[in-house]
Amino acid sequence: MTEKYNMPDERGHFGPYGGIFVAETLIPPIQELNAAYQKYLKDPEFIAELDADLKYYVGRPSPLYHAERWSRELGGAQIYLKREDLNHTGSHKINNTVGQALLAKRMGKTRIIAETGAGQHGVATATVAARLGLECVVYMGAVDVARQSLNVYRMKLLGAKVVAVESGSKTLKDALNEALRDWVTNVDNTFYIIGTVAGPHPYPAMVRDFQAIIGREAKQQCLEATGRLPDALVACVGGGSNAIGLFYPFIEDESVKMYGVEAAGDGVATGRHSAPLCAGRPGVLHGNRTYLMADDDGEIIETHSISAGLDYPGVGPEHAWLKDTGRATYVNITDTEALEGFYALTHMEGIIPALESSHAMAYALKLAPTMGKDETLIINLSGRGDKDMQTMAKREGIEL
Amino acid sequence: MSRLAAKFEELAQSGRKALIPFITAGDPSPGFTVPMMHAMVKAGVDVIELGVPFSDPMADGPVIQRASERALAHKMSLRRTLEIAAEFRKTDQTTPVVLMGYLNPIEAMTYEGFANAAQRADIDGVLTVDLPPEEGQECSALLKARGIDPIFLLAPNSSVDRVKKMDAVGSGYLYYVSLKGVTGAGHLDVADVENKLQQIRANTQLPVAIGFGVKDAETANTIAHLGDGVVIGSALISKIETNLDNPEQAKNEIVELLTSIRQALDCGLGTEGVQE
Ligand SMILES: Cc1ncc(COP(=O)(O)O)c(C=O)c1O
Repeated sequence: MTEKYNMPDERGHFGPYGGIFVAETLIPPIQELNAAYQKYLKDPEFIAELDADLKYYVGRPSPLYHAERWSRELGGAQIYLKREDLNHTGSHKINNTVGQALLAKRMGKTRIIAETGAGQHGVATATVAARLGLECVVYMGAVDVARQSLNVYRMKLLGAKVVAVESGSKTLKDALNEALRDWVTNVDNTFYIIGTVAGPHPYPAMVRDFQAIIGREAKQQCLEATGRLPDALVACVGGGSNAIGLFYPFIEDESVKMYGVEAAGDGVATGRHSAPLCAGRPGVLHGNRTYLMADDDGEIIETHSISAGLDYPGVGPEHAWLKDTGRATYVNITDTEALEGFYALTHMEGIIPALESSHAMAYALKLAPTMGKDETLIINLSGRGDKDMQTMAKREGIEL
Repeated sequence: MSRLAAKFEELAQSGRKALIPFITAGDPSPGFTVPMMHAMVKAGVDVIELGVPFSDPMADGPVIQRASERALAHKMSLRRTLEIAAEFRKTDQTTPVVLMGYLNPIEAMTYEGFANAAQRADIDGVLTVDLPPEEGQECSALLKARGIDPIFLLAPNSSVDRVKKMDAVGSGYLYYVSLKGVTGAGHLDVADVENKLQQIRANTQLPVAIGFGVKDAETANTIAHLGDGVVIGSALISKIETNLDNPEQAKNEIVELLTSIRQALDCGLGTEGVQE
């Protein structure tokens, strides 16, 4: 794939994927958003303001850290970690919320809504809303409210209203449904900050563009550190925003292999997982066509993952396209394996990763030893594990 | 002429407004739906919208969400909804039936597979909430080729261009969503609906049915006379929900409500405009 990559088309299609599949009431706000996105992402003033926020508020650039001890231990590739965990609020999610909040401000919207799974996107949204003095409502599945209570408290501290969603499977997809219902009801004053590369066009492209800072920095940092491009990239895939953020600037560099890691939950064979690219089928949900976990009747199946942020039955349409074209490879990691990744990084490098990111670490445990010592592997460390302390302590039988 | 076109023409000639109930197929149980459809016809409805249960009904409020959940608990699906429609058709060859649902169950059957199955079930119209015309060309063409009307939504914030587009791609009728919100939502503003309908009327010859937020005979009557008909859904499904232990009672209450709306609509016969 040496030819120029310029997906999506003007209606948001990545080949057969993506597009705009929404109820009529959402067409006008989506058109309005698309116009603003097209205009401001080329506007020097907007870009300057975004760059300044990323530098002084988020703390970018995030380091590309050479995990030397872990690399030695695994005996293969030189592992570099892209430290998105060091961003303000603890994950890559803030790259996107800072950008969308600037758009909301320019569009004159006074109210912000968001969906959240692990709570990282909710926190990152509540954070930018607090900073701009905007009203903020975050929808979160009731199951996730229980397993990520620390983040619920953070959002409330920041002034957001957290709504526990009791419908369906009470996880991320249901939070997204509820946020769409809110948006349809309050279209005039409300900006919906979607937290991943899902939703109707322009969200998948726009969120990617805001997250692509990860890959742009990583490329430059890798060249500085090693004098050449990396050999492989690894990132976990929930909706796919941290992965596409890392991958996108490398898509035309065909020597760079890309691995997206989905959550296999109890194992793909058990059916209790969140791995639509590995074990799903194309369909339409939440405004776009992509790989989904659905049954023969097209009803969405409940997902399972130890990590709330990967517990989603769909995936960004661009990943569906990258899978079909073979440009990226999608693999999966079980809950048990993810825990091995979690402990490996914690013990070998003194870095506690988020459970989502632990899936990427776990895949590196398999991949790095198969690579040469002179090869470079970049893993996206999408977030820190602070939010998962309760879950981990509980698993270990410890009461906090 | 399609059953829907014929029905609206007949209504227009007699100066009457269409009464269009919406119920979810298989709610509260699969056996409930066909007898309920026949009872609604007896109560004087003109067209039946049959909701296809979906796991993620993004445009629906809590009442219809729960109806979907109840139906899905009985393993209801698009295929079984088509079976229900076909069963109804065996003893009623005149009442148009419109399927209303979301795209993914149709994707799972493939567009062509669905269009063929809908034709076999003698379905008259299909309204797919999350399939706007830009993405819906292929599906609409397959339906039209089989004499099935693709029905599209218009919203309070739809532009004139959008109305023209729906006029070009839709057939049967246009469904005007009377408020910004989900099904069963709060209060609709009659003056707003009236203004918007003027703009819509100026740009289409298609009949316009108005839905969302219609709760009782009074609102139904007011709203129906702004267009060509009125859709009532959540208010009916609420009757099912409050009588889960007694479906016969639910059926009676639905018939009672529809009968009162039918009377109100026919008494308001010839009412020009609405004074609020
Ligand atoms: C730390 C972290 N990584 C990854 C994800 C998954 O999202 P995405 O696939 O969009 O990066 C989340 C989502 O909550 C997260 O919090």
